[in-house]
Amino acid sequence: MLSYVIKRVLATIPVMVVVAAFVFLMLRLSPGDPASVIAGDYATAEDIVRIREQLGLNEPILVQFTKWIGALAQGDLGTSIFTNLPVTTLIAQRIEPTLMLTITTIIFTVLVAVPLGTLAAWKAGSWVDRGVMLFSVAGFSVPVFVLGYILIYVISIKLQWLPVQGYRSMFEHGLWPFLQHIIMPTLTLSVIFIALIARMTRASVMEVLQEDYVRTARAKGQSEIKVLLRHALRNAAVPIVTVIGIGIALLIGGVVVTESVYNIPGLGRLVLDAVLARDYPIIQGLILFFSFIYILINLIIDLSYTLFDPRIRY
Amino acid sequence: MLKWTKRNFLTAAAVALPLALGTFGTIGEAAAEKVLRVIPHADLKNLDPIWTTAYISRNHGYLIYDTLFAMDENFKPQPQMVDTWTKSDDGLTWTFKLRDGLKWHDGPDVTAEDCIASLQRWGKRDGMGQALFGVIESLSAPDAKTIVMKLKQPYGLVLESIGKISSNVPFMMPKRMAETDPFKQIEEHIGSGPFMFSKKDWVPGSKVVYLKNPNYVPRSEPPSAAAGGKIAKVDRVEWTYFPDQTTAMNALISGEVDYFESPANDLMPILSANADITVEINDPLGNIGFARFNHLLPPFDNAKVRRAAIMAMKQEDYLAGAVGDKQFWKTCYSVFPCGTPLDNDVGSDVIKTGDIDKAKAALADSGYDGTPVVIMQPTDVPILSAFSLITAEKLRKIGMKVDVQAMDWSTLTSRRAKREPVSEGGWNMFHTWWIGADVIDPMAIAFSGNPAKGWFGWPTDEELEKARTAFAAAGTVEEKKELGKKVQERLWAIGASGQLGQFFTPVAYRKNVKGLIKSPVQFFWNMSVE
Repeated sequence: MLSYVIKRVLATIPVMVVVAAFVFLMLRLSPGDPASVIAGDYATAEDIVRIREQLGLNEPILVQFTKWIGALAQGDLGTSIFTNLPVTTLIAQRIEPTLMLTITTIIFTVLVAVPLGTLAAWKAGSWVDRGVMLFSVAGFSVPVFVLGYILIYVISIKLQWLPVQGYRSMFEHGLWPFLQHIIMPTLTLSVIFIALIARMTRASVMEVLQEDYVRTARAKGQSEIKVLLRHALRNAAVPIVTVIGIGIALLIGGVVVTESVYNIPGLGRLVLDAVLARDYPIIQGLILFFSFIYILINLIIDLSYTLFDPRIRY
Repeated sequence: MLKWTKRNFLTAAAVALPLALGTFGTIGEAAAEKVLRVIPHADLKNLDPIWTTAYISRNHGYLIYDTLFAMDENFKPQPQMVDTWTKSDDGLTWTFKLRDGLKWHDGPDVTAEDCIASLQRWGKRDGMGQALFGVIESLSAPDAKTIVMKLKQPYGLVLESIGKISSNVPFMMPKRMAETDPFKQIEEHIGSGPFMFSKKDWVPGSKVVYLKNPNYVPRSEPPSAAAGGKIAKVDRVEWTYFPDQTTAMNALISGEVDYFESPANDLMPILSANADITVEINDPLGNIGFARFNHLLPPFDNAKVRRAAIMAMKQEDYLAGAVGDKQFWKTCYSVFPCGTPLDNDVGSDVIKTGDIDKAKAALADSGYDGTPVVIMQPTDVPILSAFSLITAEKLRKIGMKVDVQAMDWSTLTSRRAKREPVSEGGWNMFHTWWIGADVIDPMAIAFSGNPAKGWFGWPTDEELEKARTAFAAAGTVEEKKELGKKVQERLWAIGASGQLGQFFTPVAYRKNVKGLIKSPVQFFWNMSVE
């Protein structure tokens, strides 16, 4: 197992290098130029050239790439062109809200979706099953921002139970302020994941429930709860865990809409703002960071399979 | 194993309760502190108002830095850091004395040498600064409080330049900061203004915090635009950037913020209907819409074609289509914003036409050969996106071939710097707006007729440049007004740009906010929360 983990970790290095080269080239080949954005409306072409020179953007792409890779090798993700702050500082500032929103969303999703999906599979064809499927379709269909605005209007504006926007750190402001600010974004974001994971769970559990060993378990006189939890759900867990893992990776990098609707200063918004401003070091640094998170989560998912399926060995 | 004795329970509760409710100290302090919570018009991405012309960096600059002179509400420069000043009879030597009590946020006194270094850095980046330094022979500091400026020739815009209200504003910085290469960002953020920047609280893309400067000595005059006494009436100004306008509006309605600097016009009906919120136009000049031609490439290398296109540009259509509610816009046929000293009517018949048939006839006489017009449409800026589509429609109606190319604003700003033919990435037209304060006189780069140093689009007109140069040297208001008319006449004659009218972005704030200063720039001194 340890040798497998080491091999997988080492295998990330060439992947990261390819990602780095690809991102770097794509950014340099795409239209737009941070120097023009910085120079603003009053600039002359001369000003833009001076700014490009100062930023090192006039150097050959290969020279720029070599410098960037050299700095990366020393753990330096670069400095934002606009804010003049290290990319690592910007990531550190933004990672907590994103991470917390990811954790609360996944916990809430798993707590709701797995029981719902299992219940639907167990009662397949019944009104409970149809209800869960209806919720799933609705969950997929309602755009996140629509749900967000509705929640804000009802819960924050009309009922005045929770704040409209913002993020409060649990460690800085306490648990209740944190919860007040995270509840609605979590609900908003969870709906689509609950829909996805509930469907996934339902399909997997239904398939397992047809297996011979489930019939055997029932024939042995085991209670339905035990059959469901110990035999069906555990054997259905591998695809469910895979989807949950992918969900975590998606949540870390891709919740721009939810972050915008609730004004949460997370990583999604950081990358979007950087793209709009062509802040190359931030975009490059964040994409590398997201790639690393993806690889890490995939590794954790693969390792977690051994917990659910004893046949899997590394 | 831990036993749940009464003592253990009380200890655990003592630890957990503050964690759950937030620290008591913070609650107590927050009650005593007066905080103005603001939604700024943009995210403060960089902190050097000389390095960038971004308006948000300029507003940041006004909070923490001070200026030698400042523009009042009548657009006249008034002393701000300067106490007294004199001009020699030949107009070549200007002497400025700094007022008492000026200190940097980190303690030392503001000196004349600091101010000279600041002016020099600004003069390398700003257009008006470059023009001023073109006539400056020397700047010296005979003592710690005196600045002597010697000119090579009389110059009529000395105070207007160093009291410039909008980007780049000549903010004063400590010498060690001002000696930074003007094309490189400053590393420190120490000013002498009414507020201090709290770097530890800065989260780019989200939050900026300013703390009241307890050592600031304001002038005794009442505030008037950028001039007069800058009295900080709150302990803390917090900017929270909202990328989503609807959420920003909801935060204002729910009382989570006090002041919304730039709400979209389509939110006005909801905000105006709320009894706790005031909506008003705080900027008397607003913004001026521009349709900019590329004078270097066909078909707009022909003045007759440009003028024919301008004749089709009926301002009402643009303003109603892109801005909407009529209370937030007005037509304005002067190249200088209506309501400013140089506002006039000379030569503006071409933009008043607004008639497709007449424009069609003018185009037919122009020799237009059917060359397609590439219009760059920034889809992420709704007003400019709408302007682009309206122009495209009008040009098609008068018989031009039009190719609207959608892109984001960043791509547009990069592409518009290209002078190459369209086939090599060039362009024919783009739309933008200038804030009124930036185009109040002929020195604005928007009115340049020198393609070597001018604004994107690069018109060439020697007469225009002569009039602009004469304006800079003019000594009296009457002379300036006459030269303003001459400049305007040339701008319309060559069809430099189409002007699409004046539109205003109101501010919205809760009723507990008092003391707003009417100005084309957003200031935060004199504002209080009750």
